[in-house]
Amino acid sequence: MAAESGKIDPMHQFQIQEIGDPLFSIAGHPIALTNSAVWMLAAAVALWAFMLLGMKRQVIPTRGQMLVENFTGFITKLVDDNIGHGGRKYVPYIFSLFMFILFANLLGLLPLGLVGLHPFTFTSHFTVTGVLAIMSFAIVLIVGFWKHGIKFFSLFIPHGTPLPMVLVIFPIELVSFLFRPFSLGLRLFVAMIAGHILLKVLAGFVINAANASPLWGGVVGVPSFVLMIGVSALEVLVAGIQAYVFALLTSLYIHDAEHLH
Amino acid sequence: MPQISQLAETFASQIFWLLLTFGFVFFVVGKMMLPKVLSTVDARDQSVASDLAAAEAARAAADQAEENWRVQENAAREAAQKRVAEARAKGAAKSETTLAAGNAKNDAKLAEAEARIAEATKAAMGEIEAVAAEAATDIVARISGAKVSAAEAKTAVKAALNG
Repeated sequence: MAAESGKIDPMHQFQIQEIGDPLFSIAGHPIALTNSAVWMLAAAVALWAFMLLGMKRQVIPTRGQMLVENFTGFITKLVDDNIGHGGRKYVPYIFSLFMFILFANLLGLLPLGLVGLHPFTFTSHFTVTGVLAIMSFAIVLIVGFWKHGIKFFSLFIPHGTPLPMVLVIFPIELVSFLFRPFSLGLRLFVAMIAGHILLKVLAGFVINAANASPLWGGVVGVPSFVLMIGVSALEVLVAGIQAYVFALLTSLYIHDAEHLH
Repeated sequence: MPQISQLAETFASQIFWLLLTFGFVFFVVGKMMLPKVLSTVDARDQSVASDLAAAEAARAAADQAEENWRVQENAAREAAQKRVAEARAKGAAKSETTLAAGNAKNDAKLAEAEARIAEATKAAMGEIEAVAAEAATDIVARISGAKVSAAEAKTAVKAALNG
């Protein structure tokens, strides 16, 4: 283990640990309760509890209701602006996506290490972000071919392209389209992992410098700690922005599927 | 990087738990709770809009009522002014006739009184003449001893009195 060797491994936080024995197995893969699963459940339950604040359904909203309605209004506006006509049926999906990612990112940032818990940001695993991206992309494909059939391929030919150029542009547009799930999944994964590694590296500086001598603690540890505070604030921002970007891009892609251009 | 080194043994459980939790989020939060929140917001927006419309209508009605009232008041004021003018004219005419009647009566009374005064003066004058004539005859008789007839005395007195 990293702690036993006296070094702080910034990647240790991404380790998936099984809690107890595997519960059952699917197609030969044992499924156990893991720390990742616990945080997924925590995010889901926290989100559910958050939404309970909005269930009062009063005409004059309570504070909690206002908060929830701000989020729902934010997403409905996002969907209205980016999908436009016929976008309202995607609001539950986009909202679930946005809130789930937001809660996952924010829960992973909580300084629960102070009370002995190990925060785990499951959005820093591309298995997770990849599944979410594939889900969004699958919706785009299904809706696109369902609504437009073979005409969906006209998405890859911009308006007014001369015929000779179509032969060149079509493959380019197709490839860029096919890269969408990768960019969607990787963006969130990279943003999360980078921030968390940076925080852990800085935390390692603080601890190692403070252990080395008071001088090093003052010269390296204190500035690192100050920087950590700033980076933590930045990470909170990134947590929100990445959730927003995921929801925004999903709605933009769905717009393409709904309206082609 | 645990994401890669643990991939083979953990991807199934990661996907399983993600689908489970995200499925819960989608169906419970997205499909059940979210529409309620949205409908609450819509209901509120609608009630605010309808309240605003009602307020606007009430204001228009109030404006209309004020306008009506103003028209009515103007008409009433005009009518009142007309009536006042009428009453004034009537009163003036009436007082004029009363005054004229009173004047005529007074004039008549005055004329009568004047006539009476003139008569009384005349009578008094006659009496004075008679008394003066008598006195004159007495005075003449006493001073000169001459006898003056009443007729002579009367003409003399008359001449003296009338200058």
